[in-house]
Amino acid sequence: MEFFRIKHDIPFMSYGRYTTSISLVTFLFAIFFLATKGLNFGVDFTGGTVMEMHYAQSADLPKVRAQLAETGLPDAMVQNFGSSYDVLIQVPAKQNATDSKLSDRVLASLRKQDSSVEMRRVEFVGPQVGKDLINNGELALLLVSMGIVGYLWLRFEWKFGLAAIIANLHDVVIILGFFAFFQWEFSLSVLAAVLAVLGYSVNESVVVFDRIRENFRTMRKAEVSHIIDNAITRTMSRTIITHGSTQMMVGAMLFLGGETLHYFAMALTIGILFSIYSSVLVASPLLMMFGVSREDFIKPEKTETQEILP
Amino acid sequence: MNQYPLWKYLLILAALLAGLIYTLPNLYGESPAVQVSPLRTNLKADAALQDRVGSILKAANLDPELVMLEDNSVKARFAGTDSQLKAKDALAAQLGEDYVVALNLLPRSPRWLTDLHALPMYLGLDLRGGVHFLLQVDMKAALTKSLDSATEDIRSSLRDKNIPYTGVDRDGDALVVKFRDADARSKGEAEIKQRYADYALDDQDEGKEFHLLVTLKPEAAKRIQESAVQQNLLTLRNRVNELGVAEPVIQQEGADRVVVQLPGVQDTARAKEILGRTATLEVRMVDETHQATPGSPAPFGDDMFKDKDGQMLFVKKRVILTGDRINDAQPGFDNRTNEPTVNISLDGVGARLFKDATRENVGKRMAIILFEKGKGEIVTAPVIREEIGGGRVQISGSMSSTEAQDTSLLLRAGALAAPMQIIEERTVGPSLGADNITRGFNSTKIGFIMVAVFMIAYYLMFGVISVLALAANLLLLIALLSMLQATLTLPGMAGIALTLGMAIDANVLINERIREELRNGVTPQAAINAGYDRAFATILDSNVTTFIAGIALFMFGSGSIKGFAVVLCLGIMTSMFSAVLISRAIVNLMYGRKARLAKVAIG
Repeated sequence: MEFFRIKHDIPFMSYGRYTTSISLVTFLFAIFFLATKGLNFGVDFTGGTVMEMHYAQSADLPKVRAQLAETGLPDAMVQNFGSSYDVLIQVPAKQNATDSKLSDRVLASLRKQDSSVEMRRVEFVGPQVGKDLINNGELALLLVSMGIVGYLWLRFEWKFGLAAIIANLHDVVIILGFFAFFQWEFSLSVLAAVLAVLGYSVNESVVVFDRIRENFRTMRKAEVSHIIDNAITRTMSRTIITHGSTQMMVGAMLFLGGETLHYFAMALTIGILFSIYSSVLVASPLLMMFGVSREDFIKPEKTETQEILP
Repeated sequence: MNQYPLWKYLLILAALLAGLIYTLPNLYGESPAVQVSPLRTNLKADAALQDRVGSILKAANLDPELVMLEDNSVKARFAGTDSQLKAKDALAAQLGEDYVVALNLLPRSPRWLTDLHALPMYLGLDLRGGVHFLLQVDMKAALTKSLDSATEDIRSSLRDKNIPYTGVDRDGDALVVKFRDADARSKGEAEIKQRYADYALDDQDEGKEFHLLVTLKPEAAKRIQESAVQQNLLTLRNRVNELGVAEPVIQQEGADRVVVQLPGVQDTARAKEILGRTATLEVRMVDETHQATPGSPAPFGDDMFKDKDGQMLFVKKRVILTGDRINDAQPGFDNRTNEPTVNISLDGVGARLFKDATRENVGKRMAIILFEKGKGEIVTAPVIREEIGGGRVQISGSMSSTEAQDTSLLLRAGALAAPMQIIEERTVGPSLGADNITRGFNSTKIGFIMVAVFMIAYYLMFGVISVLALAANLLLLIALLSMLQATLTLPGMAGIALTLGMAIDANVLINERIREELRNGVTPQAAINAGYDRAFATILDSNVTTFIAGIALFMFGSGSIKGFAVVLCLGIMTSMFSAVLISRAIVNLMYGRKARLAKVAIG
């Protein structure tokens, strides 16, 4: 079986202007939604208390709300979680209300109403912890970006590093844009997924860049745009198959992994889809724009192809 | 050309064998068990204890599958939770207060695996259920406390040397010692400098008064804060022991935070109460020169506290010793009067301090004050009858035996050097934990099957080889996680699925390369060789970037995210090994020998 038996190179570079404009527009949309709607930060970042309750029968949400209001928590958010038996209660952080004893109070109060209620999960995060997590997240993002640029610079050339990181940071912004637009909860595991996507989708650019470098050596007389077109066309099969396989795994998580893994898998899904697009249709045109040329590879010519495992 | 030297095959075989052995324990599962550990350091779990546990269980007609001695505790494994609970009750009743009897899970794997230290993966709290607390130590309070005791120390040493001073007061983070003239100040300065190396001294003239500003040196402040955290860790450990948890984790995180993880604990309210008990204990002298009346202000140098009967007492501010000097406290009875008592044993420094204080104050009253949530209450204020040396102290008088028991528990559990506050709590019920395991396992399984079916359909024999390599990858990854006993969390399980999905990339790269070479008219043997060799540089490059992301997540992530990062990094390493070496070895074994290979099944 073979899906991609392409005889002639597809002239991707001649569409470069369109593809980069499309991604620019998507990118601007993402920025717009991030700016206007903002991210719906989960309790990990904002601080507060989240409780997951399990009832023996379908939970009566209005009654639960009324009971909580009586306990002095009128602004608690009560919603079903996964099934009608499970209820998620969120109490935002406040100076006085959110101490660590809150969950015990809530459980005691709900027990009065229905003794079958069972506490499945509690997460209490103090505001100072949330602040630390945001800082650490930003630091991690910075470190990953710098690490990737540094590595690609070392292995290829600064133009490649820059093109790859711009293309992939644009993926990150678009994932965030989706989370802002749909107001999905942005939790710690989503942040982990975003960072993993950043590392993973650089793969894509690396594979194409590897081929470009190789082509510069083997296709001595070709135009730069032709070299890039050829590299993309010949790696396309691998790109689709690989991402298809990864997406199968992520898809299984998305549908079978339960609520906790759902948004984690969602961030990965968006990341995988956009990374295909961006590394082929954004990173390579950017590389052209930066003026990559055969002279960039005159030095490292000797050793690269000889690498074999010990 | 496609042959490996023998040692490479052997290396791969050895890796796979090790992978198999260390993965095995995960397949046997775990059984309910009871764990008996000594509560105090002077007691050891030994063969005698093991025999005792065995005979108690026999007497209770319980038949454990296994009784064993491990890591200073005796563990007994049972077939069901029913006999486990019965065993716990029987043991708790018979062994008494010196031992903690806790419920636990023990791997069901055979003895020879356990002897090889092959254990199942260590499940995080989100998978096995339990409580996670993050506590913040109030560092400022630790410093304030040390400054307060320095106030008294400086006063008494100035008095000892007959250096006139008009006052010692605490002003924020500093102490101000006031002198009448510059001469006294320089004498005082020399004295303080000689005695207290931890303080920086600074002259300051305020009008006619000659002030000496005493501040803690930064390194001393750091030391005090570090030891405060250490002291709190120790105290928490003691308190958690009282709670009876099988495998608690209590460790420092960052400069001023403490993580407490209690697997299997469901009653969070009780756990919080016991952890959050901010009791500190102080021994001070009662000021008997003044009569305390309600509403009247405490005289200079005194504090006013209520005792248990609500009576007011003036107590001197100077602290003789604090609760951290107590090694052990047990309830008991006085031989002569048969009154309930609390028997305290002090450490070396505490014993000396106590001896000095009692010698100087025979006939006077001493107060033992318990501070909870910033409020002090006098537990007891006995009269000192004689000098008490040797560090063994008996407190008696107007106590019921339950009170004696409570007081000794409180003393034993120790005091916190600085108050702590819970700033993060994560509790996962056992049913949710089990659900999480099933979900994580199912999504990995389904994903794996889908990928396998697709790869085989698309690449035929090379697809089969890729799937075998992927299975080897899973085996090695689980073996590594079990070997390192890294904590597996739900995001970690997601990490396993994700790395499997990403690992297939290497095989796709190789297979596509081989196809391409074949299309260019190269012979199959040469195509295989070129495919593996050329793809390797690309595989390395693309894995390094994901590895960088994994490292960053590990450095900055907390808790469950760290679990994800560990799996991601380990998964990249195992996938490099299996996708390149193992799949190549299979290819070599299948095709490498045939000198004239006409065709390979790669689709």
